[in-house]
Amino acid sequence: MTDISQTPGAAPAAKPRDGSLFEKDARTKRRNAAEGRFKLYGVGAIGIGLLMLIILVTNIVTAGTGAFQQSFLELNVELKADKLDKKGNRNIEDIKKVSTFGYAPLIASALEAEVQELGIQTDLKPKEMGKILSKSAQAQLRNYVIANPDQIGKTVSFRFLVNSRVDGYMKGRVTRESIANDKSITAAQLDFVDQLRDAGVLYKAFNPDFIFGSDASDQRPEAAGIGVSMLGSLFMMFVVLALALPIGVAASIYLEEFAPQNRLTDIIEVNISNLAAVPSIVFGILGLAVFINYMHLPTSAPLVGGLVLTLMTLPTIIISTRASLKAVPPSIRDAALGVGASKMQAVFHHVLPLAAPGILTGTIIGLAQALGETAPLLLIGMVGFIASNPPDGIVAGFLSPNSAMPAQIYEWSKRADPAFYERAWGGIIILLIFLVTMNTIAVLLRRRFERRW
Amino acid sequence: MALSWLLLILLALAVIGFFTGRSRALASAGGDARDLHSLPSYYGYNVALSALVPALGVLIVWLLAQPMIVNSTVSSLIPEQSIPEGSDRGLIMSEVRRVAVGLDGAVAAGAMTEAQAQDANSDIDQLTATLKDAGQVLTQEISQPILIAAQKYRSMTSTGSVAMQAIVLAVALLGAAFAYIRTHKEFRARNVVEQAVLALLLLAASIAILTTVGIVLSMFFETLNFFQLHSWKDFFFGSTWAPNFRGGSELSILPLLWGTLYISLIALLVAVPIGLFAAIYLSEYATGATRAVAKPLLEILAGIPTIVYGLFALLTVGPALVSMFGEGGALGVGWMASSNAVLTAGLVMGIMLIPFVSSLSDDIINAVPQSMRDGSLGLGATKSETVRQVVLPAALPGIVGAILLAASRAIGETMIVVMAAGAIAKFSGNPFEAMTTITTRIVSQLTGDTDFASPETLVAFALGLTLFIITLGLNIFALYIVRKYREQYE
Repeated sequence: MTDISQTPGAAPAAKPRDGSLFEKDARTKRRNAAEGRFKLYGVGAIGIGLLMLIILVTNIVTAGTGAFQQSFLELNVELKADKLDKKGNRNIEDIKKVSTFGYAPLIASALEAEVQELGIQTDLKPKEMGKILSKSAQAQLRNYVIANPDQIGKTVSFRFLVNSRVDGYMKGRVTRESIANDKSITAAQLDFVDQLRDAGVLYKAFNPDFIFGSDASDQRPEAAGIGVSMLGSLFMMFVVLALALPIGVAASIYLEEFAPQNRLTDIIEVNISNLAAVPSIVFGILGLAVFINYMHLPTSAPLVGGLVLTLMTLPTIIISTRASLKAVPPSIRDAALGVGASKMQAVFHHVLPLAAPGILTGTIIGLAQALGETAPLLLIGMVGFIASNPPDGIVAGFLSPNSAMPAQIYEWSKRADPAFYERAWGGIIILLIFLVTMNTIAVLLRRRFERRW
Repeated sequence: MALSWLLLILLALAVIGFFTGRSRALASAGGDARDLHSLPSYYGYNVALSALVPALGVLIVWLLAQPMIVNSTVSSLIPEQSIPEGSDRGLIMSEVRRVAVGLDGAVAAGAMTEAQAQDANSDIDQLTATLKDAGQVLTQEISQPILIAAQKYRSMTSTGSVAMQAIVLAVALLGAAFAYIRTHKEFRARNVVEQAVLALLLLAASIAILTTVGIVLSMFFETLNFFQLHSWKDFFFGSTWAPNFRGGSELSILPLLWGTLYISLIALLVAVPIGLFAAIYLSEYATGATRAVAKPLLEILAGIPTIVYGLFALLTVGPALVSMFGEGGALGVGWMASSNAVLTAGLVMGIMLIPFVSSLSDDIINAVPQSMRDGSLGLGATKSETVRQVVLPAALPGIVGAILLAASRAIGETMIVVMAAGAIAKFSGNPFEAMTTITTRIVSQLTGDTDFASPETLVAFALGLTLFIITLGLNIFALYIVRKYREQYE
């Protein structure tokens, strides 16, 4: 051996390692450093992802919680009989003849009286004082009087919404610097607001109307609520549930249990997996072309929205239902067939009940997906519509124009007044609460009923 | 209302059918269920299904066909010369429908009698006044042909719906009677019912095909209409997107496609490295506990609706970027004029796609056989060398597939770009400028008052079809690659 290694012209043996085995040489150090860096990249990537999640969630919470609170002004309004009921006969038709404008003087004088009573010093004219109130205050007063005509002539305590600028000032969104070019409010009015706040009649409080109320025109962000569009979403979810669940389950049973290996089955399977990846806006175009232009179903109706979302959710439900059907072991089917059940009986009496929790989980996740979807709703006219009245009755709920939660949020985000942005974030909080609840239910169902065979 | 009553009657018939069928079967066996071929309830189901299914089928076909027949008949009543300049048959037809609805409303409100509403010689001005008094909305002047067409429309629709109800009920009764007569203890009810149920299951499965056909057809015909009004050369090869509702628009897809691809590219530049490294870390390095926490947390990002990302881009990321790159911003470069920009939309879309890329890549990396890793580690490679030189090359086709799927998702994404990308169509490489995308234009051309005879509206269908084909092609290609790759290691 030694002879060979000493043959002239042979490559010199690799330079022997100098130093101890326990001491890392330069190359090992480099490789280990690369290893550390690589691992760090991975940690960094996950860190960025989680950081984004945290930023997103904090952003939503900080920007949106304000929407649940609203500033109110408490006023004792004297419902003067000579203004509201000139004939004095308390006839409801006569009372209704007084328009909302007729209520403005009542509010103005109530405000003036309150200012005097509280001893507030201000240079503002009564009309300017009244401007800190929301435009909906008069309507609120009028509705109260029409509902309670017997209160005319008495002095009643009311809690009025203040205008969105004042509300923004109370929440810190509007400052004296930011209103420099704003025509709808002056610094003097803000001073007045300060005085009212110190006197304790102007305060922030929880505003249930944001959650249960209806949308308002773009002049009155303070009065806008998400309740009616929530109903729109609810009716859409009814449609989706009523159609997507039975159709999805039936399609999955066919494909998983009965479908022969043939061309048709292949086409159906390819179609389903492709539909799952079609952009949602395309379903909107389908809805517009088929349901609205061809079938003349009413525009903006939750029924149409529900139909479009059904088509969109079907692939999700079919895929998860097939997975849960597949998870039921064949021995169950064999046992049923063995005691004389037909194939159909084996599936419907044994396999389907065992797969039900999985199907339910998949359905809830599909519904959650449909609840948050916006793009197709834009095309079937559920945006740009002011959902100002709750639908009367169930049929109207499906057929009369309405908005939906995500469409309402989009609508608010497009409006000019920044006060609507706060409501958009607030709407997102409500939407996310729904989604989190649905997903939690789905996870709990899976945990509770999942069987390992 | 009539329709829901009809459905209720059908359901009631089915329920009655179930019980009578079952009792007739039992009676034919002398009350002893053991003499029957099938369980008694199958005889009931047989009668119920025979009543319900054909009747519902007729109902659906009728509901689909009636508007088509009525429209074509009524449309032929309107002479060519009575269509005013600048209008078209479609607009006239919608006016006809509006007048018909107005007449219905007026009759229902008691403002006019049925005979008055159907009087072809009635005075147009007086009729208009009556309709307006009854609170009906009319947008155009009613003309004689429109009135006649509207009256024809009303009479056809009402006859049609009466005939439909009669025929549907007759079909239901006949079906129930036929099944009822056939009910006998020798009758193989279970087999018949199971065949019917199987057919229903197949029908449900075919809805996927129907949807695809619906998508393609609904866009295809409108696209054809579009290409009759607008040259296809300009659409595919033009260079300007300038819709003008007074005519003479330039409607080219290329600037939109550029905006779409540019935004998707930025999104992928964000999502792919982060998603890929996250997947590598989760599958190769992370302990079970880390994985159990980090993976679901990352996947929350995928469950957040796109409207939330849109708002995040519009109100948070956009202004933040402007305060950094804008005039007088933190970097003092003044590159960014408004918060609507390619970069804003791209970044946020990238965040949205992180979990998409990471969970797909995670699956693919996990599918690489452990023996390959063991071999590499056994030769003395470090973990990162194993990942870079063995695992990633082996997983590469699958990862490419995952990236293509993410790209298809990015191209079809709507809300983020609608809210944050802007509305200006142009070819530009500057990521701080506003640009527009295919999906954004579809939304803006199809919302609001749309006139389905103008190329400016119809172009949305051509855009939709193109989008559908692009995403479909990407998906099929990506799924093909992923499947091919999976087979390699199975």
